[in-house]
Amino acid sequence: MTNHEPIIPHLFRTEYRKIVSVLCRHFGFREIEIAEDIASETFQVAMQAWGLEGLPPNPAGWLYNTAKNKAKNYLHRESIFRDNIAPGLKNIEPQAAGDDIDLSLQNINDSQLQMMFAVCHPAISREAQIGLSLRILCGFGIDEIATAFVTNKEVINKRLFRAKEKLRKEKVQIELPPPLEIDARLEQVLTTIYLLFNEGYYSVSQNNTLRKELCLEAMRLCTMLIENPDTNKPQVNALLALMCFHASRFDARMNGNGEIILYDEQDSSLWNTDLINKGGYFLSMAAQGSKLSRYHLEAGIAAWHTQQSDSPEKWEGILHLYNQLLQREYSPVAALNRTYAVAKVRGKEVAIAEAERLNLPENHFYYALLGELYSGLNDDKARLHWLTALSLAKTDADKEAIRKKLGV
Amino acid sequence: MEEYIVIMRLDLLTKEAQPSPEQMEGYMKQYHDWVGGIAAQNKFSGGKGLAVEGKVLKFNDMITDGPFVEIKESVAGFIIIKAASLDEAVEMAQKCPILKGEGNSVEVRKIVSVHES
Repeated sequence: MTNHEPIIPHLFRTEYRKIVSVLCRHFGFREIEIAEDIASETFQVAMQAWGLEGLPPNPAGWLYNTAKNKAKNYLHRESIFRDNIAPGLKNIEPQAAGDDIDLSLQNINDSQLQMMFAVCHPAISREAQIGLSLRILCGFGIDEIATAFVTNKEVINKRLFRAKEKLRKEKVQIELPPPLEIDARLEQVLTTIYLLFNEGYYSVSQNNTLRKELCLEAMRLCTMLIENPDTNKPQVNALLALMCFHASRFDARMNGNGEIILYDEQDSSLWNTDLINKGGYFLSMAAQGSKLSRYHLEAGIAAWHTQQSDSPEKWEGILHLYNQLLQREYSPVAALNRTYAVAKVRGKEVAIAEAERLNLPENHFYYALLGELYSGLNDDKARLHWLTALSLAKTDADKEAIRKKLGV
Repeated sequence: MEEYIVIMRLDLLTKEAQPSPEQMEGYMKQYHDWVGGIAAQNKFSGGKGLAVEGKVLKFNDMITDGPFVEIKESVAGFIIIKAASLDEAVEMAQKCPILKGEGNSVEVRKIVSVHES
């Protein structure tokens, strides 16, 4: 069994969502727990059987067949119940009974995409959307989700349970939204993918492998949207481009001890050129059409950051993109980053004046930025700002980075 | 926070007063930096530029070509900002780069709903 240990978690990540999505589409969202149970049991059986008999020639196909048989047994039991035990009950939907479960590639892909729209339904909270996506679409365990959100299993279990109840109550269908609604619903899906990626990229969880996995899953989900012509829209390509550019620096952002390495100090030879090229490709695909989303702007900024050497064009470009981004949607992080770009383009004095208007007295990055801007101009003031930043910093990694600036 | 509209007036018509494409690019950069600085304080509510072509409708079904050919100050665009007071709004508007051009002007007005006023 030891031989198959790496392959089972891998298959779990890739195949769990397919099985749940197909079964759920077949049963209806009402029975999502049944679909999840069947998918989980299928993997349990695989662990035992493969441990004894060795790996089958087509592990994924084996999983589908087993899941299909389990589903058939379940439906058979259901039909006995329906025909013999509950003839008077009219509330069981007749659809699922006899017809076969369709495990064609096309149906698997369609079902996953539809599932993505179902779990990102606006009826449930953002947090629940991400949680359900992680569980159902990315095959994450409850423990892993709890670690990613820095909370405990009970909280996650409750959150997911309530979200599923809500989706059932709202009678959310597993289907693609009609063409006219796709853009609006797609926005929800993209936000969820984006937050999922950020959860991995900026996570305070110390588990580096898990963080990377979160990012890769977000990229996988986005790729699924691009592979379907109905959802292959410019903003989807822009989001994938953005994630490729960010992910290209994943290995350079942290040293062996899990400490954050600031952009200026990153070893650019560790940047993944393959991902940078992919980002460029998807950004060019995103340029088709006239729609400009926040993902276009952020991908543009991330693209500039893949050029390590400073040039006036680079920082002018970044500043301009932040100006536009902030007009669309304010965020303190974007405001701070914009001010850094102001310093690069217009000099530190101008940037200090802009920074002091930002009014973010609880944000340690705000004081870190002021420390950075004052250093060289007024080192005493810089030091005071760094000390304030240190007192406000929440994670060890942030504290360590600030201490380095203070030279202590 | 109250909302204030910042109306920007420029000479859009006198030929000699129009900037070259290079100047225009420089002005746009300054303009975006100004608006970006307001947005970075979370005090930007919206804004639009206006095309030169337009019509002016008057009493008695009279329609003339606009905007306001008889004066050199036409409304070129506006932004809506959030500020605690008129003074603060004026302070932000003072940094509007169009004020570097002679004859240009910026008007700041508090936005009130018709029901409030």
